[in-house]
Amino acid sequence: MRIITYRQALNEALDEEMARDERVFLLGEDIAIYGGAYGVTAGLWQKYGDQRVIDTPISENAIVGVALGAAITGMRPVAEIMYIDFIGLCMDQLNNQVAKIRYMFGGKCTVPLVIRTEGGAGRSLGAHHSQSLEAWLIHIPGIKVVMPSTPYDAKGLLKSAIRDDNPVVFIEHKMLYNTKGEVPEEEYLVPIGVADIKREGKDVTIVTYSRMVLFSLEAAEILEKEGISVEVVDLRTLLPMDIETVVKSVKKTNRVVIVEEDCKTGGTGAEIGMQIIENAFDYLDAPIIRVAGADVPMPKSPVLEKLAIPDVERICKAVKEVLK
Amino acid sequence: MEITKELAIKLLKQMMQIRQFEDMIMELLAKNIAEGGSHLYAGMEAVAVGAISVINPDDYITSTHRGHGHAIAKDGDLKALMAEILGKKTGVCKGKGGSLHLADLSKGNLGANGIVGGGIGIATGAGLSIKLQKQNKVVLCFFGDGATNNGIFFECLNMASLWKLPVVYICENNKYAMSVSVERSHAVKDLTKKALAFDMPAESVDGQDVLAVREVVGKWVNYARQGNGPSFIVANTYRYYGHSRSDPRVYRTREEEKFWRERDPIIIFSNKMKEMGILTEEEINLIEEEVRKEIEEAVDFAIKSPYPEPEELYTDLYV
Repeated sequence: MRIITYRQALNEALDEEMARDERVFLLGEDIAIYGGAYGVTAGLWQKYGDQRVIDTPISENAIVGVALGAAITGMRPVAEIMYIDFIGLCMDQLNNQVAKIRYMFGGKCTVPLVIRTEGGAGRSLGAHHSQSLEAWLIHIPGIKVVMPSTPYDAKGLLKSAIRDDNPVVFIEHKMLYNTKGEVPEEEYLVPIGVADIKREGKDVTIVTYSRMVLFSLEAAEILEKEGISVEVVDLRTLLPMDIETVVKSVKKTNRVVIVEEDCKTGGTGAEIGMQIIENAFDYLDAPIIRVAGADVPMPKSPVLEKLAIPDVERICKAVKEVLK
Repeated sequence: MEITKELAIKLLKQMMQIRQFEDMIMELLAKNIAEGGSHLYAGMEAVAVGAISVINPDDYITSTHRGHGHAIAKDGDLKALMAEILGKKTGVCKGKGGSLHLADLSKGNLGANGIVGGGIGIATGAGLSIKLQKQNKVVLCFFGDGATNNGIFFECLNMASLWKLPVVYICENNKYAMSVSVERSHAVKDLTKKALAFDMPAESVDGQDVLAVREVVGKWVNYARQGNGPSFIVANTYRYYGHSRSDPRVYRTREEEKFWRERDPIIIFSNKMKEMGILTEEEINLIEEEVRKEIEEAVDFAIKSPYPEPEELYTDLYV
């Protein structure tokens, strides 16, 4: 199968869906002439023009509000918020309008809206360009939250998100754009709300998502040489969470490590862990361990930044700990 | 602007519907039949009725936390609106929205809003949608004086002007953002000046005169429909009741309230219609009586309607 980058996979997903459905259009900061801060929309403005790929002013709240207005009146907008760190600027529109409008109106409207953004540390960009804020978002009923880890999943999930009649926040990871993987030439979709076993194993389950899937797979590789068999569950979608797949794995391994890049306190891992306890407590042979981001603003220094997020060594250590 | 008898009856009837609807809700709140909050539109009827009377059924509006008037003027069903305000299953939003979230997309009402300025994004997006779909529709975006101090107002008016979207932004300046007066909260007292920053045409209008509102809004609706872009209208008006049920109105004087009550939009219009020989006193009384019956029927319907089933808690969240 052909190998392409995560960035190219996302670009193909947008291109294919725009070609397929003329109601799909893109809006966001620097997405047209510039092609997106991380190049995901490169070439689309040249191909589809001003009416389909719209450069907006720096007005995040309006970007989301305008996308919502368009979504409930016949269009299928894909808005880009350049960094998830800027989501605070549009949290009112996202939380109070986008997520609630269908419910508040008694189901009498649909919101086919995608908000693409990217997050995560790794580029030494400091506290305003490196956050992992997915835990804020999974606390909002009415939206879906998707975080793909591979080019294959990125393309298939973005296409599904654009075809979904519900609002989807699609969070990419800045350190994954240049990663490569197999992506078929022919069309396919990856369903939202379905986790994926990225590696089978029998001793310990790692539950993770986004970039931490790659770190967890690396750790599993190392641990295998030491005779420890690790199963890596990639959630892919955080809301709704596919707890069934997680529970199935836990019932097999009886031990769980959660790996997440976001801050530990009140983080996504807390929700994952609690759902495991609610659904599979009797199958656990050891307390669940979290390997999570430090509860600090992301420091600039590359040395400190590395310490602020999980690494392969810490994941290996946690797996050994849970096996004690 | 020419006014036919048919139009006069429609305008007067809608204003009376809104007035009596609001007076009735005040009564229901006092009797604890209506629970929760409710922001009443009484006194401001000429703005919603005049503005919405110049657009088509398939044109859009967005409304505010004080949204009953807009919903009624946009061909809202009195029974379904009243039931919604009481949280009943038969409400226009199945009892899940309430006073702050009255909406009916089938009639182009994209919704009231519990967040001040919250509808401005939706209205602007609907304008973009119209432009992208090459439709000939327009959007009337209602909001209060307070909303023009909110960030989304500036973000959206800039975009609308930049992209020449068919949106008429209508600021209902009723002098107070809850308790804080325009004088105490706006650096610019003449709110039309705010449009200067966006190179957008702006005009103020007497919001107590339904015909004046029709004329001004009609002009800017045509301007938008012809592809010239958005405009900003400030309708000067006044709310009779307080901000909400618990408001003791300590921030304004009884004299001021009296002044505005003497500029009542229903009385102004009724007198004018009599002077012009379009409606008689008897005809006006008849309309008022007819509306009284409609409101009574709406309340009766709402009170007798069931609450939503418990199963409804989790429906309508996702498609």
